[in-house]
Amino acid sequence: METAKGERWITWIIKISGYSSILFVSLILFFLAREGFPALGEVPLKDLFGARWYPIEGYFGIWPLIFGSVLVTVGALLIGIPFGIGTAVYLSELAPAWIKNILKPIIEILAGLPSVVLGFLGIQLAAPFFRQFLNLPTGLTAFTGAVLLGFIAIPTIVSISEDALNTVPSTYRHGALALGANHWQTIWGVTVPAARSGLLTAVMLGVGRSIGETMAVMMVTGNAPVLPRSLNALFLPARTMTATIASEMGEVATGSTHYHVLFFIGIVLFGISLAVNLTASSLALRSRKRAERLLS
Amino acid sequence: MRFVAARRWLIGFMLLLTACSATPSDSTAPSASTYIQNKGSDTIVNLALAWAEAYQTVKPEVRISVTGGGSGTGLTALISGTVDIANASRKIKAEEIQAAKANGIEPVEHVIARDAIAVIVNPENPIGELSLEQIARIYRGEVNNWSELGGEDRPIVRLSRETNSGTHVYFLEEVVRLGDKENKEIFSADTLLLPSSEGIIAEVSENPNAIGYDGLGYVTPEVKMLAVARTADQPYVLPSVESVNNGQYPISRDLYMYTQTGAPQSVLDYLAWILSPDAQQIVTDLGFVPILSPTAGK
Repeated sequence: METAKGERWITWIIKISGYSSILFVSLILFFLAREGFPALGEVPLKDLFGARWYPIEGYFGIWPLIFGSVLVTVGALLIGIPFGIGTAVYLSELAPAWIKNILKPIIEILAGLPSVVLGFLGIQLAAPFFRQFLNLPTGLTAFTGAVLLGFIAIPTIVSISEDALNTVPSTYRHGALALGANHWQTIWGVTVPAARSGLLTAVMLGVGRSIGETMAVMMVTGNAPVLPRSLNALFLPARTMTATIASEMGEVATGSTHYHVLFFIGIVLFGISLAVNLTASSLALRSRKRAERLLS
Repeated sequence: MRFVAARRWLIGFMLLLTACSATPSDSTAPSASTYIQNKGSDTIVNLALAWAEAYQTVKPEVRISVTGGGSGTGLTALISGTVDIANASRKIKAEEIQAAKANGIEPVEHVIARDAIAVIVNPENPIGELSLEQIARIYRGEVNNWSELGGEDRPIVRLSRETNSGTHVYFLEEVVRLGDKENKEIFSADTLLLPSSEGIIAEVSENPNAIGYDGLGYVTPEVKMLAVARTADQPYVLPSVESVNNGQYPISRDLYMYTQTGAPQSVLDYLAWILSPDAQQIVTDLGFVPILSPTAGK
């Protein structure tokens, strides 16, 4: 009797902690909406999606910030995807056990590195190097931010990609090899395509990791809210949404237009992350269904 | 910036702790301790905290609580009579004096330190002096290459503090707009907004294209300060304690504390101590410009 009661309590506690995440997300959403949507009433839509961000004089155009975030994130993926998936393929398909034993912990250390440390290295080493090497006016550019973010996203991409590759049944590999494919043909023709949905999830989570990253980006991208005019913008300073919120929220008067607009930027960020996550899970779901259909 | 903020909280917390731990002894001798409320400008808050801390060793019986919030917040509190001393990095406005008088409070102004803003470039940059007008044109985005100012053929990279910084606002009003209230010019959109003073120093010391500005106390030997002239036909002056105090360096401002007439003796004693050499040494240590005492001469 006593134990049954105790178990019921434990079940309840576990249940509550399980449901609490739903509660937290909805509370966050509610709070964001309550603080952010008034911005739509205070700033005309035309101005809110204008080209100039200078909040202390009433310029609340958020396009430069959205483009800044997209630019840095896309740049990070151009670096993170090939390196991340390449590393995962090497670890799961090619590397001898002892190298794997060394590499995996090192990648985990990279994952645990605080982004402010990377940002510091970025300011001290990467920015001066890129300025001289690429002959740029300044090293504090979207590109420098993208390289750092690439490094931040790589561990996420590697560990999820590697899991995905490991779940590919070894019978696939044996089958391919038996049909006369060599090692490389097996990897690129069979194993990687079979793990495709997992790899896509890895990339999407990498996107999520990069677009939400703040500290390192704020330190190295120069934070100039410029609307990109050409692809060249990757090598010019940029200002991301996260950096804007982080640097301006501390000093803004509660309830002011600027405050509401910062929360509105939070809503935009939330929307982008949600879209990325939904895409990732629907892709994963769709290919799983296809796989089930094929196998049945 | 972050470290400063953390330190500010830490000191505030420590002051709170000393205040708490002292409470029991207070109950035995209530008349022995006096309490001064000090609030206002975020530019001054570190200085005010350092003074409050140092004053503990001078007069342990006086407790000073320091909070930030901005010059406006401090002056509003003074007007409503909730603080003894308001810190302000600008002069009190006419309407604030009006509001105070309506409340039966007569504000008294004390200049407690000065703040100079140095314009800095990389030591490799051959440019050594600029007029305010030229600096304004650089930051408005009208001049984009150092060769237009007689320097090397290099693009100009503009560095600024973030918009939430009081220094940014001061620079906008006094330099970019040349002190003209009607002028609505703002910083060029491609101005890099760096989150800390140290970030500006790091980039300027490394990049020969860069120009930046920073409080005099943050300037290190790795960067070169520019001599600045009010207009092109006036003398070009490097920022220093002397040139700020004799009014020759154009980008400097006074920092204030405001009290009301009939303030308690403990407040007057504190303000007198602030102008003493010991307290003004703290001003220098924190990178502001001390006020030369009248006896030191001009």
